[in-house]
Amino acid sequence: MTPTGSIGRRLTLLLAGVAALLSFLSWSLVTGLAREAAERTQDNVLVASATTIAETLRSEQGEVRLELPYSAFSMLDAIGEDRVFYRVTAAGALLTGYADLPDPDKALLPGRVHFQTGDYSGEAIRMVAVQRVVLAGAQPVPVTVTVAQTRQGVDEIATEMSRLAAALSVGFFVVAVGLSAIAARTSLRPLNEIAAAVSRRGPSDLRPLRRAAPAELAPLMSALNRLMDRLGQSIRRSEDFIAEAAHRVRTPLATVRAQAEIALHTISDETERQRMRGIIRAVDESSRSAGQLLDHATVAFRADDLARDPIDLADLARQTAATLEATAALRDIRLHLDLVPVAVAGDAVLLDSALRNVLDNAIKYSPEDTTVTITLTTVGKMGRITITDEGPGLGDGPTEMLTERFRRGANTAGIVGSGLGLTIARDVVVAHGGHLDLQHGEHGRGACVSLVLPLA
Amino acid sequence: MRILGLALGLILGLAGPVLAFEVEEQRFYPGTGTRVLRIISTADLAVFTPYLLAFQQQRPDIGIDYTVTSSADLAAAIRDGAPFDLALSSAMDLQFQLANDGFARSYRSPITADLPDWARWRDLIFAFSAERAVVVVNAERIAGLPLPATRQELIALLRDHPQRFHGAVGTYDVRESGLGYLFATKETRSTDVYWRLAEVMGRLDPQLYCCSGQMIDDVATGRLAVAYNVLGSYAAERLARDSGGRVQILRMEDFENIMLRTAIIPRMAQQVEAAGALIDLLLETGLRTTADDWPLPPLGQSGGVDEAGFSPIRLGPALMVYLDPLNRRAFLAEWENAMEQR
Repeated sequence: MTPTGSIGRRLTLLLAGVAALLSFLSWSLVTGLAREAAERTQDNVLVASATTIAETLRSEQGEVRLELPYSAFSMLDAIGEDRVFYRVTAAGALLTGYADLPDPDKALLPGRVHFQTGDYSGEAIRMVAVQRVVLAGAQPVPVTVTVAQTRQGVDEIATEMSRLAAALSVGFFVVAVGLSAIAARTSLRPLNEIAAAVSRRGPSDLRPLRRAAPAELAPLMSALNRLMDRLGQSIRRSEDFIAEAAHRVRTPLATVRAQAEIALHTISDETERQRMRGIIRAVDESSRSAGQLLDHATVAFRADDLARDPIDLADLARQTAATLEATAALRDIRLHLDLVPVAVAGDAVLLDSALRNVLDNAIKYSPEDTTVTITLTTVGKMGRITITDEGPGLGDGPTEMLTERFRRGANTAGIVGSGLGLTIARDVVVAHGGHLDLQHGEHGRGACVSLVLPLA
Repeated sequence: MRILGLALGLILGLAGPVLAFEVEEQRFYPGTGTRVLRIISTADLAVFTPYLLAFQQQRPDIGIDYTVTSSADLAAAIRDGAPFDLALSSAMDLQFQLANDGFARSYRSPITADLPDWARWRDLIFAFSAERAVVVVNAERIAGLPLPATRQELIALLRDHPQRFHGAVGTYDVRESGLGYLFATKETRSTDVYWRLAEVMGRLDPQLYCCSGQMIDDVATGRLAVAYNVLGSYAAERLARDSGGRVQILRMEDFENIMLRTAIIPRMAQQVEAAGALIDLLLETGLRTTADDWPLPPLGQSGGVDEAGFSPIRLGPALMVYLDPLNRRAFLAEWENAMEQR
């Protein structure tokens, strides 16, 4: 499974992108507004200045006169260190000021303020013109007062505000990214919790997930639960099928074996007898394999709903050993029991099955005329049944692999087996909360398999 | 007609800017190199020589051509494009107008950055000395009379003793002196007694001067009893000290005019770097806090407010109000009315 990027990272990046966009927008907005505000302030000051000058206009002996008021100019350095230009014209003729100041680009109306932006003396200027009609003698004379100022103060204010806004926007962005990461992590927490809950489960735990989940995760949860339900049913069906199949195979095999035994007794030719013995051995193996498959299915079935009966492992070991005494005796193998009472809680059928499979393995792999020892001990809060043989041992490979289904040791050539024995034993002890311990025998010979189970 | 106009234009154009200004003093300080820094200034050589020598110690390769003229001629010369690299003037208004009208170059250095806001404008004008207008009296000629501390008291003094002060009161001729005009216009706005004082002085046949130096000299010789609005530089103070109490400098308590001596680098300047270096030197002396023995006083306390609470005339567009020809004509008319009541 290749990950297609993390949702958390994607969410964080997305939110950070949004934050960056908003930061940029707010920066440009504030910058624009600051400039606008500074420009408006300058306009207001210019209007006030021009109006103040216009108010001093008067007529004296038929001529237009004026006095530039001090305040009209002193107010002009309110914004910044800007150059000031002015002009007063009466009916188009210059009264005072800068003659070459640009003319208003529109016809002026008395009482209306005219704003204009232009260039003068190598700098951008803002110009305000007001017109007043003065009665010079009997003649109404339109007088235009123009006051202009460079825009350095406006630029400085705008730049300063823009810088401030930029710093704020960057701060906002950084905070927003931090919050985005937290938000992404928080909103993904339920998903991680569900994933953790699923991965905490045992290998055969297929119960439906019962936990509160956000609405968005409900479909995933129910899909997961449906899948597990189907999986459980499917597993149960196949176990049932295997059990049924093994059972059905075992019965006719028993019949074939009985018939073969009878045939063996009636045949006198040694070659034929040898062949018949081969048939019987093969039937035995098949029967044994079918039995193991049945055991395996039983383990899978019973482990789901494990019984917790009080069991003395010594009794169990004694009974199991008794059932295999005959098989062992056939090959002159002695079963040596070294038992102490060990009480556990569990399923007697399963434990018997586990022990039988391990013991059966030990007998099968032991050479003739050797001893298989069953030792029962308690170590701390665990009971331990150890089956030691003098066979070829567990081979050189990793011992854990031997408990995989249908996996057989590298040194088992020539001996018939299904590879299910240790798997069954392991499944049983694990279902009981214990574990299977595989060790090499002493002096490099034999195997030492321990079923470790918690004490009752 | 058109051809004649064209010819006239050509002749005027070829003739170049006519340098119509009156040179009061001029001196050349040769340097070891070929570069010459041309300075036009309103400060007398006696006042300014120490600065020039200090500059040449730092930069011996630069020669200095120092020209002294009146503040009005200085402004006119810069406007006409006279080839000067540095213009130093006591007339803040004219200097400001030059900068405002685009006749100054901007200059920046670590020292200009140290200059307080009130002592510069736009990297174009730099103030390097703050000097106050004072009243200088001849103690012998007003013996027995109380020394005035305010303009009201000065008015009372002059009004009550017309015989003693007739012909013995001196002040700037504001028509000639840019600085006198600046002081006068500033006073009309700052104190309501200026016109009354002018009228009282006008009745006493006032002596009108172009420059502070001559006024101080005349007070020292006893020709004048009172000189009003004299630039109180260190030179005046030294003279008062040396006179053994005969010349006294009075600071008015009701209002004090404080003028900033300013420097600009004209647009036509060629030795901009050298001019900047000299500005830096002037600013260093202006920003000094120790009582070094430079001829011009430093800029003074931070914030530009002196111990009596008066601040220097502000560098700003308001300086141009009284430079407007209409305003100037109106002001001078009123001033002449008050001063010339013979």
